[in-house]
Amino acid sequence: MDKNTSDKIKNELKLNQVCLFMKGTPDVPQCGFSLAVSNMLKHLEVDFKGINVLEDQEIREGIKEYSDWPTIPQLYIKEEFIGGCDIVKEMFEKGELQTKLEEKKISYKK
Amino acid sequence: MTLKLEEIKNLIKEAIPDAEVIIQDLAGDENHYSATIKSKVFSGKSKIEQHKLVYKALKGKMGNELHALALNTMEI
Repeated sequence: MDKNTSDKIKNELKLNQVCLFMKGTPDVPQCGFSLAVSNMLKHLEVDFKGINVLEDQEIREGIKEYSDWPTIPQLYIKEEFIGGCDIVKEMFEKGELQTKLEEKKISYKK
Repeated sequence: MTLKLEEIKNLIKEAIPDAEVIIQDLAGDENHYSATIKSKVFSGKSKIEQHKLVYKALKGKMGNELHALALNTMEI
């Protein structure tokens, strides 16, 4: 990954407490897995930034390298990689995502 | 590009020999699968680490030949 891409990724993570690297946008997701994670965050009324990797090939590949994770979507809370769709879904269903938000002091609908 | 169900199973078994692997072809298109994998190697590891072990077993095919593999990993 070139420095420019890695800086772009780090910058997004720094500027946005909750960051979802996804295919499409929160309003128009273009993959079922991205849709699922985006909907969970919306359901919890979490303020998050969706980053459309389809618009930027370098970010799309770079984020996989950054987290050593081969798939999109990828959720980050305060710069910590939380997981992809399966993990986030499981955490959501067990209430662990809510606990994580609490720990990280991110406001959400209780 | 697609990947056969048996191929996925073999790759996982090769890397994680004690794994109990159940794979379903969700859409019948050899491209959207779900896998439940039970193994001792997962014990004490976070979900992220567990899924990374499976991705590693797939040797870079995840996200390339293999578009979608919903994972459910369990320790035994």
